[in-house]
This record gives sequence, C-alpha cells and structure tokens, in this order.
Amino acid sequence: MTLSQSEFAFVSTLVRKEASIVLAPGKEYLVEARLIPVARSVGAANVNEFLAELQRRPDPAHQRKIIDALTTNETSWFRDREPFAALTDVVLPELVKSRSAARKVRVWSAASSSGQEAYSLAITLQETLPGGWSYEIMGTDISTEMVKRAETAEYSQVEVNRGLPASQLVQYFERAGAHWRITSQLRKNVSFRLMNLTAPLPSMQPFDVIFLRNVLIYFDVATKRTVLQNAAKLLRPDGWLFLGAAETTIGIDDNYERVAAGRTSAYRVRTGVPVGASRRG
Amino acid sequence: MTPMRAMVIDDSRAMRMILKRIVTKLNFDAVEAGDGQEALDLLADMTEVPELALIDWNMPNMNGLEFVTNVRADPRLREMTLVMVTTESEQSQIVRALAAGAHEYVIKPFTEGAMIEKLALLGLVPTGANS
Repeated sequence: MTLSQSEFAFVSTLVRKEASIVLAPGKEYLVEARLIPVARSVGAANVNEFLAELQRRPDPAHQRKIIDALTTNETSWFRDREPFAALTDVVLPELVKSRSAARKVRVWSAASSSGQEAYSLAITLQETLPGGWSYEIMGTDISTEMVKRAETAEYSQVEVNRGLPASQLVQYFERAGAHWRITSQLRKNVSFRLMNLTAPLPSMQPFDVIFLRNVLIYFDVATKRTVLQNAAKLLRPDGWLFLGAAETTIGIDDNYERVAAGRTSAYRVRTGVPVGASRRG
Repeated sequence: MTPMRAMVIDDSRAMRMILKRIVTKLNFDAVEAGDGQEALDLLADMTEVPELALIDWNMPNMNGLEFVTNVRADPRLREMTLVMVTTESEQSQIVRALAAGAHEYVIKPFTEGAMIEKLALLGLVPTGANS
C-alpha cells in the first residue's frame, strides 16, 4: 500500500491549512506510516480507505487526528527514559542471573519506526551486560520505508539532538556526511524486518524482553488482545513486556500480570498459564 | 520555588534571545553574556553561582571551550552545569568539549524540545516537561 499523489496532496493541503506545516513531496512514506494507526483507530481497513472516506465526507474529528499524527515530534532516543532505566537496574541484572548458561539476551522493539528505540536498546545492553555476553535486538515495523530507514541507521543533526547524551553520540555514532550513522559495532547486533503485529506472526526464537510501546493505543480492544496474545507467544515464560505509559494489559488480556520495574511497570506472563492461552473469566 | 539561574553565553543576540526564552519558560532567571570573558567577569561579581550555562563555541575574546576550561579550574564554579550550544558538529570537537568538562552538547540548529530534553537528561527540568 502506498499513497497516491492525489491522496498525498489531500493530506498535505489539510495539514498546511490547519497546522501551517508543509509536507514536502517525498514524505509519502512518513505520512503513510503516521496515518496507519489513525486509520485503524477509526475502523478503516487501511489508509487509502480512510482517506477516500474522508474526502467523500469531511469529518473534523478525523481531520484533527491526521493533524495530530503528522505534527507529533519525531522519536527521541531513550524515549520516556524510565523503561530503559528499568532495563539497566532491574531486568538485565535478573537476566544475567537466569541466562548465565547461554549468556545471551534477545530483545524485540515492536513497531520500531525509524529505529531510535532499537538502537537505544542496543546502547543500553552494550553498556549494561557483562563482558562475554551477547545480545540481539530485533526491530519490526509495518512500513517498508521505516524498516529501510532503520536499517540505514543514519540520523540527521536534529534527530541526534533528541534525548541522546553527547557522550553516547560520540561513542556509538560516526559522521556520515551531514548525518550521523550508528557504528557497525552496534549495528551488527540489531536487525529489522517487516511485520504486521495484528496478523499471525512468523515463528521466531522467543525474546527475553519486548518493547511494545505506544502501539496498543491505536487499536480497538479486540485487536489489542490479538497483539498481546501474539506477543505472549514470542515472550520467554520469565520474560518482560514493556508497554507505553498510557497502555495496559489489564481488562484486555489477563494472561499478563503487571509488576513493578524500577520506577515504572512491566508485564509478565502469569505462571501456570500456557503461553498464548486465552483465559476467560 | 526559587528560580534557578542560567547564563546564556553567545555572541549572537538573536541566539541569546532564543535560549533565554527557552530557559525562562523552564523557570530559570537568565543572565546574558556576549563572550566567555564577559561571562567570567559577570561570574566574578556574583555571590550565587548560576546552576546552568549554555555556551556557544565560536565567540570573540574568549571562546566557549576556553570558558569551560576556566570554569572547571575554579572550585567556586564547580556546581555549574555546562552545556555547549554550537554549530561545531565534528565528532572530535564534541569529544574535546566533553573532555574539557562540558556536561552536554547541543548542536545548532536545535528545536526547543531537543534543548528541554537535554536539560532533562541533566536533571535540570522534569522529564517530559515538553510533552
């Protein structure tokens, strides 16, 4: 699915009129990636259907959603900080004890967008795991363009200013013309692939930690449940799931329990519940 | 709550205004200086040392790196948090500034949100102040 020229023109006219923001041609992929969750949240099958309906019947509430989605700040490094602090202070020390045989930690950045979360995870693991340990970060996203962008691992000057300590910028990035590129030492532990979280997921080795943040907010309850059940199948039984601050499994999927992790919360699959089982109360 | 104090050191008046506006919003009292020497002179007369200095690199009389080195050599100014705000974007320059004692480094051009995030990293504003 790609936006047609007329769809892009419709969206760019709207945001220019309402938010004075100019979307340059070539930003089609960005517009599409940002509008996918909006389309879903209003029950449209995809962005094309959502825009077609909106052009037929203008709806101020839906127009507002488009503007919000396209004017949100770009992703920061170590976004929200607390989940990363929880990894360093709580989760990784525990995994270092429980994974002492394999000496390997696998982390999934679900909905990885342009890759900042996945690489922030890599920096955190690189700095926290003891010598002799290895790690793998997998980032997945529904947008081909975003997967490509994350793989490129190049960020603009403006992007590297966002929440990234200067000491880590000089340690984990190198200059690539006007941009900054993640060093190969870090890149070799991070991979990206295309994935739709609401469809049956491909079989993969399970993860010790899943970051599924600010994704569920865009889905209806049934879809949230599907995504959480899909995630549970790929989470090790003693693994940790991190959601966005405004998200929870409570009332959606009771197979998870909320646990304290540093100054934030994480979710773990309840013991005794078969992974991925749907429990009805 | 007593406002914290910030020193904005840049030879561009426009840049000083931009930075001053940002830190004032964050409840800092801001003092301006046009170069490193002027900033040191102002500091010498102050009874209370500002918590924060935002420092341009390329300035007449005394550049930002020299200012940082001077501040780090003065025990009276030990508590100041030093943030370089500059167009100097070479990796080696960032390394030099950090080695001289700068705590953080913001490359121009920056957004207000990016500046606030950097100050949040330093514990000078609550995390999420810009959201």
